Amino acid sequence: MSLVKTIKVNAIKNGTVIDHIAAGKVLKVIEILSLAGDNSVMIGMNLESNKLGRKDILKIENRELTKKEVNSIALIAPSATLIIINDFEVVNKSSLEIPEYIEEHIICPNPKCITNIEDIPSKYYIHKAGSVTARCVYCEKKYLVEDLKIKV
Amino acid sequence: MKNLISMRDLSKEDIMRLMDTAAKIEKGEIVPNMQRKLAALLFFEPSTRTMFSFDTAMKRMNGDTIIMSGTGNTSAKKGETFADTLQTIAQYSDIIIMRSSIEGAARYAAEVVDLPVVNAGDGANQHPTQALLDLYSIIKTQGKLDNLKIGLAGDLRFGRTVHSLAQAMAIFGAEFKFISPSFLQMPQYIKDDLAEKDIKYEEFNDIEGNIDDLDILYVTRVQRERFADPEDYEKVKGSYVLNKKMLQNVKKYFKVLHPLPRVDEIHTDVDDTEFAYYFPQAKNGVYARQAIISILLEEV
Ligand SMILES: [Zn+2]
Repeated sequence: MSLVKTIKVNAIKNGTVIDHIAAGKVLKVIEILSLAGDNSVMIGMNLESNKLGRKDILKIENRELTKKEVNSIALIAPSATLIIINDFEVVNKSSLEIPEYIEEHIICPNPKCITNIEDIPSKYYIHKAGSVTARCVYCEKKYLVEDLKIKV
Repeated sequence: MKNLISMRDLSKEDIMRLMDTAAKIEKGEIVPNMQRKLAALLFFEPSTRTMFSFDTAMKRMNGDTIIMSGTGNTSAKKGETFADTLQTIAQYSDIIIMRSSIEGAARYAAEVVDLPVVNAGDGANQHPTQALLDLYSIIKTQGKLDNLKIGLAGDLRFGRTVHSLAQAMAIFGAEFKFISPSFLQMPQYIKDDLAEKDIKYEEFNDIEGNIDDLDILYVTRVQRERFADPEDYEKVKGSYVLNKKMLQNVKKYFKVLHPLPRVDEIHTDVDDTEFAYYFPQAKNGVYARQAIISILLEEV
């Protein structure tokens, strides 16, 4: 058995698996989930994938993601699959979906935007036609999602 | 309509209702009464003309205004949050009319207070009342907004006014000529918006020779400060100054608009021609703003 296979089957008892993350994006996912706490984390990078050619995978023990976290991850890794594990069993498997509207997670790159001046959460409308773009509800500037800074 | 924050929020029907109301107010067919109504004019960024225009609009309808002008008068400096400032002012007034250099300030204000909020300019973002008075000037002189040929000349890169106007006229199927120095061209995101709506536009570097087929020429100022090298400015500035000689073969109902103040981009010899419309345009601003306030306060 190759090393890659070993990592893949390295199961967790309870927690969340994020599979089919576009290769190279897993570190960004880790960053927004701020995974420095008590959870055991397994990272697979640049693994072979039928679906994507190459993919990253992330397994987090004893953690369920909030809706907000899932929305943020969807912006970075729209191809990902979210798997919930309970006692080694897959209890739920779902594809991530980019939300049409997202609050708080995006830091508006426009320094003159009110969200960077007053202490208020940003609000963005996401447009999925062609390249995924996001328009700030306040300053109305439009950005490519891949250029944006995402936080939870 | 609860607020007027951005031209993006307005449908064709909203715009036509505003045009119709402004026309009726101008003709005296409707006389909105704002007695006992108070408009708070919060001009965190000073703009005397826009403020006077709103002040006049309110007073012509027997309404009253309270004015906060310049950043010096605001409590923002004393550490009060913007939301608290707004909430307090909302206790005294019936409508908030706000200008700020902060982009999105009016949108946020509308979320914080229950009163109608009018955006009188938020940084480089939106200035919808200017766009609406421009549209009102166009409909008055052309009899319609649909399918017109509009020239926009000057600084098209930084000019919020021309951006809003281009987007608004696109709703009505306009065709555009963009006339500007190459580095002050219409931004790509506006051109993308237009392309998405199948709106035709062409780009030019000179006013002269490019205006005979236009219904409207909207002139804005090319500022010397935009040029890194003053010599470059001297070289091109003549291309963006409109004079009477250029108007020999224009269309019968052709009109020249300008948001004012003008510096030297329209020669004064144009003023006496039938094509000059920039001063009536400023007057139209009062009717357009009366219509906006009346609709938001449900007085028409
Ligand atoms: Zn913004």
